[in-house]
Amino acid sequence: MNKIFLGIAITILCISSNLIAQKTFPTNGVYDHRDKHFVFENATIYKSYNQKLENATLIIKNGKIVSIGSRLSIPKNAVVFDMKGKTIYPSFIEMYSNYGLPKPTAAGKRPERLPQMLSNKKGAYGWNEALRTEFSSDKVFKVNKEEAKKMRKLGFGTILTHQMNGMSRGTSALVNLGDDRENISLLKTKVAHHLSFSKGKSTQNYPSSLMGAIALFRQTYYDAQWYKNGGSKEERNLSLEAWNKLQELPQIFEVRDKLEILRAHKIAQEFNMRYIFKGSGDEYQRLDEIKATNAQFIIPVKFPEAFDVSDPYSTMMLELSDMKHWELAPSNPARLAKANIEFALTSHGLKNKETFLKNIKKAIKYGLSEEQALKAITYSPAKILKIESILGSLESGKLANFIITDGNIFEDKTTIYQNWINGKGYILQNFKDTPTTAVYNLSYGDKNTMLFIEGDPEKPNALIAPNVPSKDSLKKEVIYLLKKDLITLSFSPDSTGVVHLSGTKSNLGYKGEGTLPDGRWIKWSATPNRANPTIEKKEIKKEKKEIEQTGKVVYPFMAYGWEKRPQTETFLFKNATVWTNEKEGILEKADVLVKNSKIVQVGNNLSASGATEIDATGKHLTSGIIDEHAHIAISRGVNEGTQYSSAEVSIADVVNSEDINIYRQLAGGVTAAQLLHGSANPIGGQSGIVKFRWGATPEEMKIKDAAPFIKFALGENVKQVNWGDKYRIRFPQSRMGVEQVYDDHFTRAREYGNRKRSGKPYRKDLEMETLLEILEKKRFITCHSYVQSEINMLMKIAEKHGFTLNTFTHILEGYKVADKMQKHGAGGSTFSDWWAYKYEVIDAIPQNAAILNEQGVTVAINSDDAEMGRRLNQEAAKSVMYGGMSEEDAWKLVTLNPAILLHLDHRMGSIKVGKDADLVLWSDNPLSIYAKPEMTLVDGIKYFDREKDQKMRKDIQKERARLIQKMLQHKKKGGKTKPPSKKHHHLYHCDDLHDEIED
Amino acid sequence: MRVLIYNIFLIIISNQLFAQQTPATPQTGSILIQNAKLHVGDGAVIENALIGFENGKITLVGDARNIRIDKSIYTQIINAEGKEVYPGIIAPNTQIGLVEISAVRSSNDNREVGTFNPSIRSIIAYNTDSRVTPTIRSNGILLAEVVPQGGRIPGQSSIVELDGWNWEDAAYRTDMAIHLHWPRAFRRGGWWAAPGPITKNKDYDKQVQAITDFFAEAKAYSGTGVKNLKFEAMKGLFNGTKKLMIHCNHPTAIKEAVLFAKKHNIPPIIVGGRHAWRITDFLKEHNVPIILGATQDLPFSEDEDIDQPFKNATILEEAELLYAFSMNGAWQQRNLLFQAGQAVAFGLDYEDAIKGLTSNTAQILGIADKVGTITEGKDATLIIVKGDILDMRTSQVEKAFVRGKAIDLDNKQKALARKFRGKYQRQ
Repeated sequence: MNKIFLGIAITILCISSNLIAQKTFPTNGVYDHRDKHFVFENATIYKSYNQKLENATLIIKNGKIVSIGSRLSIPKNAVVFDMKGKTIYPSFIEMYSNYGLPKPTAAGKRPERLPQMLSNKKGAYGWNEALRTEFSSDKVFKVNKEEAKKMRKLGFGTILTHQMNGMSRGTSALVNLGDDRENISLLKTKVAHHLSFSKGKSTQNYPSSLMGAIALFRQTYYDAQWYKNGGSKEERNLSLEAWNKLQELPQIFEVRDKLEILRAHKIAQEFNMRYIFKGSGDEYQRLDEIKATNAQFIIPVKFPEAFDVSDPYSTMMLELSDMKHWELAPSNPARLAKANIEFALTSHGLKNKETFLKNIKKAIKYGLSEEQALKAITYSPAKILKIESILGSLESGKLANFIITDGNIFEDKTTIYQNWINGKGYILQNFKDTPTTAVYNLSYGDKNTMLFIEGDPEKPNALIAPNVPSKDSLKKEVIYLLKKDLITLSFSPDSTGVVHLSGTKSNLGYKGEGTLPDGRWIKWSATPNRANPTIEKKEIKKEKKEIEQTGKVVYPFMAYGWEKRPQTETFLFKNATVWTNEKEGILEKADVLVKNSKIVQVGNNLSASGATEIDATGKHLTSGIIDEHAHIAISRGVNEGTQYSSAEVSIADVVNSEDINIYRQLAGGVTAAQLLHGSANPIGGQSGIVKFRWGATPEEMKIKDAAPFIKFALGENVKQVNWGDKYRIRFPQSRMGVEQVYDDHFTRAREYGNRKRSGKPYRKDLEMETLLEILEKKRFITCHSYVQSEINMLMKIAEKHGFTLNTFTHILEGYKVADKMQKHGAGGSTFSDWWAYKYEVIDAIPQNAAILNEQGVTVAINSDDAEMGRRLNQEAAKSVMYGGMSEEDAWKLVTLNPAILLHLDHRMGSIKVGKDADLVLWSDNPLSIYAKPEMTLVDGIKYFDREKDQKMRKDIQKERARLIQKMLQHKKKGGKTKPPSKKHHHLYHCDDLHDEIED
Repeated sequence: MRVLIYNIFLIIISNQLFAQQTPATPQTGSILIQNAKLHVGDGAVIENALIGFENGKITLVGDARNIRIDKSIYTQIINAEGKEVYPGIIAPNTQIGLVEISAVRSSNDNREVGTFNPSIRSIIAYNTDSRVTPTIRSNGILLAEVVPQGGRIPGQSSIVELDGWNWEDAAYRTDMAIHLHWPRAFRRGGWWAAPGPITKNKDYDKQVQAITDFFAEAKAYSGTGVKNLKFEAMKGLFNGTKKLMIHCNHPTAIKEAVLFAKKHNIPPIIVGGRHAWRITDFLKEHNVPIILGATQDLPFSEDEDIDQPFKNATILEEAELLYAFSMNGAWQQRNLLFQAGQAVAFGLDYEDAIKGLTSNTAQILGIADKVGTITEGKDATLIIVKGDILDMRTSQVEKAFVRGKAIDLDNKQKALARKFRGKYQRQ
């Protein structure tokens, strides 16, 4: 049994370590096998995150843990280290990194700014370059010694690494963070399958939107099933083969925000998968829904920096959503833990990785327990990755991956001294002797005085004084050098000069020779002062461990969000001018009773117990405005215009509940909208039909039993005339070609349907499924259209294929073919007065809606614009002004008619008993520019109230002021800040073509 | 009678030609409007007004209850009972006549290459035959400022009447202002396909310096040596014959811009002024007029009051600042009226709103001596409206006079509506 001074021992062990293992490799020299058998005794050991052993022993051999516990018998042939005063933890596991992997590159070169329709990857792989399922990180993994050293220093022992490139990124590898070559470091290949909604380095156009990415995943799951069930006989596809192989692995899905978790989870549910989400740190903003996914999470500890708010005019651009996130983000881990959500913490995303532990400590200050924190960096990663058998805690048989500290890892003064990986020790810092105070009687020449030494033995403070000094005066007035047994001292006892002393350790203190200020040589000695007078110490106040206070989470997480979502109420509107939109017309001084989200009574002198009575004298009550064509509340892309048909994508998949425009539109009396795909391609994407339930989740916003719709588009946008001269490749380039797209697709859809019905095996094609629904009259078209020729054409196509074109949207030349539309049964949804912005609208007229209406076409006025969307009542009135329409008819343009066009008139669009209580109380005739909504109800819930809005504004000011003060304090205390900035809020229009999922 | 036949002939022609409206002939006789509710344009209202005009000038404005006149001297009497009379609406900061169809490059003449282009003159490209213009003037807008775009100084604007045979004919006041786009204090990062966050403009100081240098050299330029057309054009600013219109929104930037102009003894006009409401004391102190950007706009940030753009005018009014309503673009100008209407809905006094479309605008543009109010001696540029011109629910512009000329309120869109309504009637 050899007890060795630890610091030296490990140096030796490290040097010799290059010789271990690698049995297959030839030896160059004398074979030097070592057992790496070590014993760590007298330590405090965290056997696991929740099991702490005092005065315990850890025995390791050949890189594995042999045993752990108290009173273990110490084996022979083992090197024993005394760990008194030290604490041993399992090394941390980093789950999210690209450690040791080459930088991703594109598969090929995309011709500059020209469309790329297919993958550039050579070989029998799939059609989409963003799906790199066949990629295995282990095959290109190389040890990066520098990076490994950095990670070891932070306490990490193992790391999961994958190339962060694409939507399917293939598999990750689990590697140790030692400096041994790959054969030793690589622990496990194909640990997890990694996914994301970003294309990475793919230069292929498709997908360019989040909804496109979702559709691509769904289609790939179906394709993989098809491939397994016989499709492989029709074509070889290495990507799909890999996909099928990887399905049993943990699936790690990286998202950009909390809503993407919910979106990806929907895919998971459809295909019976379970994703592990790499979150973004804003999960607390939709905690209940995230909890309901029952998923596991990898959570970053990257917290936003405070803004520099010293210039008041710069702070005006800051938004509460960002300011509140600054305050609340550190509480994210605590909130997840409190909700019993299983998660690991990752250093991924930290600009400076050294802040990893510091940020975890911050999370602890915000309520995360130390046990939860330790769990999230040791046990949980192992469990999530299904590698608990080798990592995550210190148990016999597991890898000898642990760190040695001088105390609680979550305390500021604690140091990590060593990181053992695979049984090999890495010294991060030499152990320090515990600080002591020593007092010596010092005599030099004929002088007698006292020498006081205090603090870190390597860099001690020393003072020479005749009396016991106070703690404060104990500064470095003495130059003091201690090197093993040698000592030098230099000091100025008075103004005459410096005394230099040099000596060696003796049995009693030190002794030696030196010079006085006048150059005379003298002898000196320092002997321990037996009385050992103690230096008075200032009491260090222990910081109180109070949890940091934060503002409240609001829904949605921004200004005007609710602390508590409003509930449905019973309302009785008294003496209102009621625009029924029914044969009763406009009722004067009428009452309307709302209960359980429905209109239950319309009449005079109504009363209801328990109802909130609203005096509506002089006011107008209408049903809520329905916007047939809106692009607000959409995340990451309104167009999937990269193919001429994108019937497989759906706006419903990307509804964004966190858009301030929802609230603004409620304030304009809008209660529901069809969120439409853009108009970049002839066959666009499916619609999201929502009510503006402010504060709800995307799923809750959707109108559950709404008839499904799809956007089609005609004209300049789909023939790409305004995209620049490079866009002359994709079919179609003329209105002639557009017709062919439709005829061809519906023909194919019919054939697809025939095969599907035949019972023969078929490949489920989401695009064809959607088109088939149209042929089967289960899905309806709303088609972006301008000139009469194309409008006529599409009606002929519909007639040829046996269905009715439901709605022409924009339809600015509808007035030229109103009779044909009426005959066909198509409706129109138009702008009131937009024109002259492109060539195909030179014949647009503001009388359009009126003429269509005169010819018996169901016609609506829509916005297509976030600003116009909040004053659609005025847009309707323009048909009175320009078209001479009656007021009652004009009002229907934005209420009943869009409800009819959306097949929602059985429950919306008019004030009728039994219909949804989507109501607006106006201050004036709703068609007047002077009319303001005073109250907007959706399902009988008051989502907008002008009085309440005034109060909310004050609250917003208060909350802003509080956070600005807090940020000023933060800066004053030396905290980091960044210059003010504001998110870019993209206001989508039909023709937006941004690639939203590029890296 | 001959005139009548000629007029009928013109109407037929114009229908066939898709309503390319023919400019009106100069006023010949004298006209009296009676029984109208007159909005003078300066805040005053005469419930039962008499308005007479001859040779293009207003000769009479009176309250019928107070004055007696000899109506027989008028060759034409218009009974405007139940109707409203307003001064012709003036649209500042527009692209009328420069942009026909914005997506069609060949139809646009509003932008030049270069950063400092003070010698560029918008009037040169003003297209009197635009099919867009008649749709604007049929809503009561009779005068417009035509403004070039692009660069730091895009050039000089001119004021035109929206009726005329050619640009010389339409010109009301040429080259009246030099426009300066003050650097943005904040700007959006990224590029159009991948927009980044909005952050402080790092080049702001450099860009301001470039303006300072340009003005310094322009001021020093005497024209005795080599001629520089840019500096020649700038002379008007320093001798007070041209106005300086500074496009600017951020409060700090507005302040800097104003102080900059003052340093050169140029009285600045702020165009846009989205955040002007935050610094009304400063603007009042320096007596700065504002051509306010669109009222019907979205708030600046999530946190801003949802109706902030709606109430900006009210705040400026309460601060006793001089402001006018405006909005960008060409075809959009027909909605200028509703920018004022929206402000009324959110607190602005009705007659103050009318001022923001007429007399205030005239004052800011320097044409108040001739237009902007219905006052004796001024141009007979006015409109007769059935209903409220600010409210689309009731507004019907029935007649319009530009310097006494009765202009054609028909337009291409009305003609198309007639054509196809006619088609359906035949069926």
